[in-house]
Amino acid sequence: MRAMVYRGPYKVRVEDKDVPSIEHPNDAIVRVTLAAICGSDLHLYHGLMPDTRIGHTFGHEFIGVVEQVGPSVQNLQVGDRVMVPFNVFCGSCWYCARGLYSNCHNVNPNATAVGGIYGYSHTTGGYDGGQSQYVRVPFADVGPVRIPDWMHDEDAVCLTDAAATGYFGAQLGEIAEGDTVVVLGAGPVGLVAAQSAWLMGAGRVIVVDHLAERLEKARTMAYAETIDYDEVDDVVVEMKKQTDYLGADVVIEAAGAEADGNFLQQVTGTKLKLQGGSPVALNWAIDGVRKGGTVSVVGAYGPIPNAVKFGDALNKGLTLRMNQTPVKRQWPRMFEHVRNGHLTPREVVTHRFPLEEIAEAYHVFSAKLDGCIKPVIVPDAA
Amino acid sequence: MTDPDIPSAYLRDKRTPPPSREELRARIPGWGADLDPADRPSYPKLQYPADTGAHWDFPERQPGSEGREHSIEHAFVTPVFGTAQPLHGLSGAIRRYAYARFSEGRLAHWLLLIVGDRVEAWGSTLRSFASGRPVPPATGLETEFTRGGLRSRRGRSDVRHQLLDPVVVAGPWVAGAGAAVLGVRKVLRSVRG
Repeated sequence: MRAMVYRGPYKVRVEDKDVPSIEHPNDAIVRVTLAAICGSDLHLYHGLMPDTRIGHTFGHEFIGVVEQVGPSVQNLQVGDRVMVPFNVFCGSCWYCARGLYSNCHNVNPNATAVGGIYGYSHTTGGYDGGQSQYVRVPFADVGPVRIPDWMHDEDAVCLTDAAATGYFGAQLGEIAEGDTVVVLGAGPVGLVAAQSAWLMGAGRVIVVDHLAERLEKARTMAYAETIDYDEVDDVVVEMKKQTDYLGADVVIEAAGAEADGNFLQQVTGTKLKLQGGSPVALNWAIDGVRKGGTVSVVGAYGPIPNAVKFGDALNKGLTLRMNQTPVKRQWPRMFEHVRNGHLTPREVVTHRFPLEEIAEAYHVFSAKLDGCIKPVIVPDAA
Repeated sequence: MTDPDIPSAYLRDKRTPPPSREELRARIPGWGADLDPADRPSYPKLQYPADTGAHWDFPERQPGSEGREHSIEHAFVTPVFGTAQPLHGLSGAIRRYAYARFSEGRLAHWLLLIVGDRVEAWGSTLRSFASGRPVPPATGLETEFTRGGLRSRRGRSDVRHQLLDPVVVAGPWVAGAGAAVLGVRKVLRSVRG
């Protein structure tokens, strides 16, 4: 089969690999019909994630058709069109039994601090991902869901991570009616977080970024006010001014480890790899939220320590909430919201690449060329 | 009467109340559909017992766990695991040591894994020369010309640190080439005399 393959930092290409096989009785093999590149894939691409091995196939956002099932699979059949949460999870450990699917303890031998994720290095379990023609899906009775007939494929692929993470991020913010919510980052996660904040009763939603096309999308897709941090001297002061010097009631940090806005943090965090990423947005969140407010963190960071202003978080009495998203838990409600048009995930998709052009797709997305917000990968388009 | 110049932060209540429900519902599709915090999918944080579809108490163990690296914070190799890219060579030895010796709580664990990553990447690059299909220092760069590299970056503040990308990407190659030249010169001088 053809698959995206990592060849070192800033180097990916498509190569021939063996079609994956059933390795556990509850495995399925899925033929991928649509995949996406996530902003967090760029952390791997840039060499930020420890134990990212040469030959690894990325991709934790994908949908496809079941090609083969293991002998213990009961809930799926060959030919089913399925969407697969980015979490690999068993459904039966202490964490899964309580709905914390992203924290599953039975699928990632390489680390206890993070669960299993498709195509996201060996630090998350060593599973090849879905930017390929076929992928192994463990615990087929637990993770995948048949795609509803009415659902658009691009909505479905966004729901496997980015959209679910945006919705989850808004929930972590514990938004109360009338709250002022600031979303840091107008990427796919931030845009859906901004839409979701309204569903939870926000009285005002402000999105911060510096890319014109993303800020425009925040205004049209999420009805948000926007701040271009390149246009203001100090974005934290701007957040204070815009909230009558209180600060936001809730800040959703949807930028993660490669946040721009501070040269020193960018260089030490993402170029020199001296931190687990650049915590610019996290620090803006801590400084920009009001005292006693809530910071929701859904931007992804690596396991290496970061220069985070924890003292300010303490002194301000903040509530910090975060997790990798337990995706499947979000789906029933999100399906309703997508069906009735309250959430519109596929609006974030701007670029479509055949799998054979994966190197081009990564560079365009990484360098944010051509107004790229979300690229999807079509394995059979060539 | 409070001085209208005093911002909300210094007063008991916000000066500007949020828009009314009616106004927000008219302007925002679905506003308030998830208004009740207790009715949101992630509330409460722990939902026991979750209906997951699992029909086992503990999953059947996947074969092949013998010798597989695992975090020493785990009691054993988890019953299901990824089998992509097993450890091999020098990078594999470095990574195996990182897993066997240091917990996830130790910085040495992660730094050794990154060293393993770089060793493997350099080895892969060198082997690619011999394979006849060398991997360039970076891929996809042609899109700088086909997808508006200059146009897309105009006025963006991140250009400042993007200028460092060529240094980060090509720096090890330049340093390696320089070291190779110096080494060859030293050998030639010693041979000559």
